[in-house]
Amino acid sequence: MEQFFIPAAVLGSFLILVVPGKYRYYYTLTLILFISIVTSVPAALQFIGSPYIAGNVSGNSLSASLFSTNWIFKGYLGELRFTIDKLSSFFILVTNFTVITGILYSRGYLKAYAGVKNPAQFALHNFSYTWLHLSMLAVLTLRDGLSFLIAWELMAVSSFMLILFEAEKRSTLKTAVNYLVQMHIGFVFLLIAFLLTEAGTGQMSFDALPAYFANHNNIVLFLIFFAGFAVKAGFIPFHTWLPEAHPAAPSHVSGVMSGVMIKMGIYGIVRVLISVQSDLFLIGWIILVVSAFSGLFGVMLAIAQHDLKKLLAYHSIENIGIIGIGLGLGTIGLGLQNPLLTLLGFSGALLHVLNHSLFKSLLFFSTGSVYKAFHTLNIDQLGGVIHKMPKTAALFLIGAVAICGLPPLNGFISEVLIYIGLFKGLSAGSAYLSITLLLALVSLTLIGGLAIFCFSKAFGIVFLGSPRTEIKHPVSEAEFGMLFPQYLIAGLIVVIGLLPMIFLNPLINLISTEFHLEPLPIMGSLSGVFTKISLISIILIIMISVLMFVRHFLLKSRTVEYGPTWGCGSMNTSARQQYTGTSYADNFLEIAQPVLRSKVEYRPIHDDEIFPSHRSFSIHPFDIFRSILNKLTDFTMLVLKKLARLQTGNIRHYILYAFIFILLIFALLYLKII
Amino acid sequence: MTGALLAIVSAIFFPGIILRVKSIASGRKGPGILQPWNNIFLLFRKSSVFSTTTSYIFRLAPAVYLATICCALMLLPFPGMPSIMGFEGDFILFAYLLALGKLLFILGALDTGSSFEGMGANREALYSMLTEPAFFILFGTLALLSGHLSMHEIFSHFQFAGEFSLITGAIAIYLLVQIAMIENSRMPVDDPKTHLELTMVHEVMILDYSGVDLALIQTGTNLKFVLYGGLLANLILPVNGGWLSANVMLFFLVQAAFAAAIGLMESFRARKKLAKNPQFIVTLSSIALIGFILVLLLTRNLIR
Repeated sequence: MEQFFIPAAVLGSFLILVVPGKYRYYYTLTLILFISIVTSVPAALQFIGSPYIAGNVSGNSLSASLFSTNWIFKGYLGELRFTIDKLSSFFILVTNFTVITGILYSRGYLKAYAGVKNPAQFALHNFSYTWLHLSMLAVLTLRDGLSFLIAWELMAVSSFMLILFEAEKRSTLKTAVNYLVQMHIGFVFLLIAFLLTEAGTGQMSFDALPAYFANHNNIVLFLIFFAGFAVKAGFIPFHTWLPEAHPAAPSHVSGVMSGVMIKMGIYGIVRVLISVQSDLFLIGWIILVVSAFSGLFGVMLAIAQHDLKKLLAYHSIENIGIIGIGLGLGTIGLGLQNPLLTLLGFSGALLHVLNHSLFKSLLFFSTGSVYKAFHTLNIDQLGGVIHKMPKTAALFLIGAVAICGLPPLNGFISEVLIYIGLFKGLSAGSAYLSITLLLALVSLTLIGGLAIFCFSKAFGIVFLGSPRTEIKHPVSEAEFGMLFPQYLIAGLIVVIGLLPMIFLNPLINLISTEFHLEPLPIMGSLSGVFTKISLISIILIIMISVLMFVRHFLLKSRTVEYGPTWGCGSMNTSARQQYTGTSYADNFLEIAQPVLRSKVEYRPIHDDEIFPSHRSFSIHPFDIFRSILNKLTDFTMLVLKKLARLQTGNIRHYILYAFIFILLIFALLYLKII
Repeated sequence: MTGALLAIVSAIFFPGIILRVKSIASGRKGPGILQPWNNIFLLFRKSSVFSTTTSYIFRLAPAVYLATICCALMLLPFPGMPSIMGFEGDFILFAYLLALGKLLFILGALDTGSSFEGMGANREALYSMLTEPAFFILFGTLALLSGHLSMHEIFSHFQFAGEFSLITGAIAIYLLVQIAMIENSRMPVDDPKTHLELTMVHEVMILDYSGVDLALIQTGTNLKFVLYGGLLANLILPVNGGWLSANVMLFFLVQAAFAAAIGLMESFRARKKLAKNPQFIVTLSSIALIGFILVLLLTRNLIR
């Protein structure tokens, strides 16, 4: 199977470049569906723990190769081993789903570019999209360090190409290059980590990690790995590429990048955590602190944004923070040898990976529909979108409720797991642990509250009220092709929210297997908890429907009047008097002043100015880490400029440098330093 | 369900008591105890006026608001009797259900496109965001002290925690009362009886609601009061009772006393300046944090 599949997929992806434009989209869709099905079948079987893949498949060789989770591809240069274990299988399923919804959505979204872009650009776009998919699957299945790094690099390059879709915009170009540079900084960390592994064990592979960790310092290697993966995942302070790259990319790409690509960082962290053997407590503590900080800071910055996609991008950082809090809790549980905490923390984190991939791609897709219709994503210029696009608004609302972690949708389920874990942890260890976990708890509640604040702003200002600027072109609801993938995602969000145990059982199974936990009695009580939660969620939905029905019934026979919004006595209120995103965020930004700065450009009215002239007001949120990074790069540029003096262009000088270098080597050899 | 049913029954007289206490404190005779509900039923019989700016969110919001509060009521335990719906960590669902109602309520206000209602919605979002940590730290403290995670078990074990329960109980009662006041947009942070839309939070958000929708919201608000009153009753009442015992009477008594206390507080306390509100609300979280550290100190010998 693998001997056929891998060349077929690679060759197929190159054919995208030559397929005629009329069939290109359908060809790409078919290819991605083919790749997804072939990888999803063994992954799904592995994930639910089917006996088919227990290793001793009896039966004909076709089914054995179809359901095989160990693929060995023999090429000219050597062989590639692809392994789908339980952890990979979960991430593969998440990836495939989001990539499929992304390609479905892209058809409608890219129509707007049909006249602007030439066929070669579309072909390149589809080609890179397919390669992003392939490379993510490779990252999830390869264990060998070198091939893993190559797949990791392919992922960075293909997503770089995808961001570059609107390369004619200068800012996009700059953002994309910035993204590529930062990805390589992460890459260097991973390379160092793998080289250390090889130096320690003689083998450059994830499989060698347990041997390395058994004999070496655990913290150092873990932290290097963590730094490398954190750049991808977007943990603060490694996040600065994220809020730039997501808005620059087309919406379906933002959805895939934010939904699944940054989760490759989480996958990497979990993959390494599985092998860590000691100092788990400290490692867990570090993850917890970094994550709580990322979560809080991410959502605070999100509130300050004026660009809807940038706001969503900062929310990715927040959600990565929530996932990280779960991972940290789970690791602390490992350190304390408390399987309950491990289970709750990791299952909450992994479920949140799935959940975030769903609601974040949904939010990016519906935002993309708004962009396509209104040609702007500036929150302060939009308004009343719900009247033109009621379905998109409903989908965005579902995503918003889910991302705020509110019942009855899926975000609540993963957050409640982490919450219960944190509350259980309060009395699990020393008093210092209690305080740490309480602070994590406080961050989690604050993140929840701030997310509600942020999405009441995002949804309320953009979709509700009346338009803040005049729209000169006709606006209509997004076409069915764009809504359909969003319905799929929304459906899954509701299903996870109402029937969480279907997804939670295999996840718990996964964590018990990967971390070698014994089956716990907690399983029973946990399913009790979620039965109650889903019961109440269903009651909630029924109750809302009943109340809506009662309302409808009571109003049916009465004459309902319509009029303008009550202006408190004032008769001519204008749409410009409405609350804007900036004014909505203002009182929060005032409280958050010490950590969140924003640059305000405004000329105040003087007392002697009787007839104030035309004025403008602008406010720019300010990411502290961005400016720290800028200072660093500025410093580097300065040093490099000084060093550039060496580069005189005069051949004799270069010969002199070589001569000095040789002398230096001699001197060092003579002094027996080297 | 005992807790929920009793709370709903006490909701009948709860708003009336607040009104009556306030009128007596200001030297008036005041309306009958059932007058607030009469008003609500009057609203149920009326038709509605909708703003043309509004969408389906505006119509959905009151129903969601009321439904979330009803669902939260189902989680309310009764001293000595486990609630049917209770589970480990039910207070998380409790808080998040209320948050869902609030989110929709905020969106309903923003749906009108009115700058006043935007103002109220914004304040409501900010205050509830700041209140949430206090609630969670409080329950963290109680969970640490009692070693349990469901509201029923927390409250029943809490009372056997010895002398610690007295001091923690005092902090908990203070916090719960203040949280209830903020969540219902009452006195220290908001004055429902002010004449200026600019200075209000809750009342300004419902400016455009009328008829049935307004009735749903007011029903929800009254139920929200008894919800917190019910939590207080659980905290205070002894666990030994059961159905038809003195506890039922005591439950009503606590609710009535809570209502009277709200009336008195509203009569003799001025509303804070709006700009000072966040400070006040964050103080609650710090008090809760002090309570938590106190419990840690007492139970775990933090200083060795």
